[in-house]
Amino acid sequence: MPTLFEKIWQRHVVREESAPNGDGAPTVLYIDLHLLHEVTTPQAFAELRSRGLQVRRTNRCLATIDHSTPTLPADASGNYPYVTDQAREQVETFYRNCADFGIELHGWGSPHRGIVHVIGPELGATQPGMTIVCGDSHTATHGAFGALAFGIGTTEVGHVLASQCLLQSKPATLGIQIEGELGRGVSAKDVILHVIGAIGIDGGTGSVIEYFGSTVRAMDMESRMTLCNMSIECGARAGMVAPDEVTFAYLRGRPMAPAGADWDRAVADWKTLAGDPASAASSTFDRLVKIDASLIQPSVTWGTHPGMVIPITGNVPRRDESPNEDAHEYMHLQGGSPLAGEHVDIVFIGSCTNSRLSDLRSAASIMQNRKVAAGTRMLVVPGSEQVRAAAEKEGLHRIFLAAGAEWREPGCSMCIGMNGDIAQPGELVVSTSNRNFKGRQGRNARTVLASPLTAAACAVAGCVTDPRPMLENGPMMGTRP
Amino acid sequence: MSTTGDTKAAGIIQSRTLNLPFDNIDTDQIIPAQFLTTTEREGLGRFCFFHWRFNPDGSSKAEHPLMHHVPAEQQVLVAGPNFGCGSSREHAPWALMDLGFRAVISSRFADIFRNNSIKNGLLPVVMEQTVMEFLLAHPNHPVRIDIAAGKLEVSGLGTFSFPLDPFAAYCLAQGIDQLDFLLRQETDIARYENASSPQSP
Repeated sequence: MPTLFEKIWQRHVVREESAPNGDGAPTVLYIDLHLLHEVTTPQAFAELRSRGLQVRRTNRCLATIDHSTPTLPADASGNYPYVTDQAREQVETFYRNCADFGIELHGWGSPHRGIVHVIGPELGATQPGMTIVCGDSHTATHGAFGALAFGIGTTEVGHVLASQCLLQSKPATLGIQIEGELGRGVSAKDVILHVIGAIGIDGGTGSVIEYFGSTVRAMDMESRMTLCNMSIECGARAGMVAPDEVTFAYLRGRPMAPAGADWDRAVADWKTLAGDPASAASSTFDRLVKIDASLIQPSVTWGTHPGMVIPITGNVPRRDESPNEDAHEYMHLQGGSPLAGEHVDIVFIGSCTNSRLSDLRSAASIMQNRKVAAGTRMLVVPGSEQVRAAAEKEGLHRIFLAAGAEWREPGCSMCIGMNGDIAQPGELVVSTSNRNFKGRQGRNARTVLASPLTAAACAVAGCVTDPRPMLENGPMMGTRP
Repeated sequence: MSTTGDTKAAGIIQSRTLNLPFDNIDTDQIIPAQFLTTTEREGLGRFCFFHWRFNPDGSSKAEHPLMHHVPAEQQVLVAGPNFGCGSSREHAPWALMDLGFRAVISSRFADIFRNNSIKNGLLPVVMEQTVMEFLLAHPNHPVRIDIAAGKLEVSGLGTFSFPLDPFAAYCLAQGIDQLDFLLRQETDIARYENASSPQSP
C-alpha cells in the first residue's frame, strides 16, 4: 500500500521525472500553498522583476512578517523598535513586493500576523493532502495535517512564485512508529528530541518522515505540529502525520478551510489519504524505526546540535564520546555529570516549535503562584496575534507577568535572534525553540532545548531542572486560571 | 541568477583545498542569522564563518585556517560529514561563493544546502570515507575537478567519480536555467491546473 507521502506526491506530479535518456529533469511538482516571509524572499522578487515575470497564483500565497520584527511594541508615534535600519528596510521591502505582485500580506495590525508556521494552520490554510513550501526549513510543521510540507531556498521561492511548481527528486520514506503512553510531564517536544537523539542529526537525510502509532494518534494537533516541526533537525525534508478526526475537528470552521458542502467533500477526500487505521503500519517504508513512548523522559539538549540529547535525569556524555565536535568546550561542560543544576540566565518560551496556546498553558501551569528565580530572565513570545489574544482572554499573560516574566509581541524572537532578542556571551538559555547551534541565540550564548514545561520549571528553579516535582504539587497541565 | 547558476559550474576546477575538519557544520556557522536582514545576494563573503574568523571586538582570529585562505588558489572546501545542515538559508552558498569557493567536498551533504548550492553553481562533491580521510589529513592539497566528467583527481591518491547531474548538463547545453525550464512546462502546468482542480488554500 502506498504511503501517505506517496499518495500526495503522485497527486501533484505535473511532469514525471525524465526517462534515463531524456533531459534528466527531476519531477515537476505542483505546489498548493506557498508561505512567504521577509527574510528569504527579497532576492526572489528581484529575480522576477529582472525577468519581467508575474506571480502565477497569488491566491496560493500566504505572507506575513515574523523573523526580523521586534517583539517590543511600537512607540507612541507607531514606530517599531527594529534592531537595525536594515531590518526595517527588509520588512518595508517585503511590503512593497507583496503590494507590487498582488499578494495579501498579514503585516502589522493584522489580527492574523504571526510566525508563518503558526498562522497557516490557524487560518485553516494548511490542509491535508496539500503540497506546502516556504523559504524556511521548519515548514515541516504543516505535515502535522497530512500535508507534504518542506523548506526551500530563495531560488526555489522564485520558481514557485513564477511557475507554482518545483523540480524535485523523490525522497526516500522513513516510518517512525511511536507506541505507548507518555509519562506525566512528557510532551511532544520531549518525544521529538528523543527521536532526534535516537536516529541522529542526519538520520533522516534524504527522507520524508511519517510519524505514526498510538502515541501520535493520541496527540492533539498542536502536539503533532511540534513533532513534525523538528523533522529537519534530523535532516529530513519533511515530517507528516496521517489526517484523522482530530485533524478535521481542528480545521472545521477556520477562515480558510472549506465550508458547507465543500467541507464534506474535502473530508471524504482527506480520509482516503490515510486509508484504514492500520495503513501506516502496513505501508512500505524504505526504513522503519520503532520508539517506545513509555521510555521517554523529559528531554533536553546538552550540546551544539539538536541530536545531542539526554533525559533530564541523565548525564552529559563524556568528552571522548564525540571526538569531532567541540560541544563540551562551547557549552562549558566537562561531561560525565548531570546537566541538571546548571545555572540558567534566560528562559525563552516561543518559536514555531512551541508558541501555541497549549504551549503557553503548559508553561503557565508551572508559573502559576510561582516566581521566576532571581538572576534568571524569562521571555514569553506568543506565536501569533491569535495566540496572544486567546492567551490574554484566559489570563495567561497575567500569570507570566505576576511571575516576573516578560510578555512580548508575536514573532520568531530568540529562536533565531535576528530581531535583536539575543543572549549575551556565555549566558545559558533554556529554550523551547528548535536549534542549539553555536551562536544561534547570540554569539557564544549556550542553548538548551526543552519543552515548555521543562523551560518554565527551569525559570522557577533558576537552574536546569526536572519539571515533574513541580507537577506533583502544582496544577495540572492545561489548567485554566 | 539570470546568468544561470548552472553555467558557472561548467568546466574544470584546478585548485588547492582548504580544510574544515568538523562534523555537522550548520548554515548558522556558515553565515550567522544577524546578517540575514540583507535584501541582496552579493557581498556576503565578509560575513561567511563570521564567528569563526573574527573576535567579538572585530579583530581577526589569526590562527584560524580560514584567515589564511587564498581565494585565487583555494577554491575547494573540504569538510566533515553532514555539511550545511540546519536552516534553509541560501545565503550560505552565496556567502561561500563570494568568499571564493567553487566546490565543497564532504562525505554527506544536508539536502536543502545541496539543492541551494547546485542552483548557484557551487558544486557539492560527495566522496567516500577513505578519500575524505586522505584529504582531511593533507591540508592545502592540489585537486582537479572535471565537472562535466564527474571526476575528482586527488594528487598522490587517485581519481574518483562522483554522480553527474544530467539535468544540469541539459540546461547548460540549452543555455537555460531551472526557472526557464519550468516556464517552458506551461502547457503541462495549465493542463494540471485545469484537470485536477488542485486544492485551494
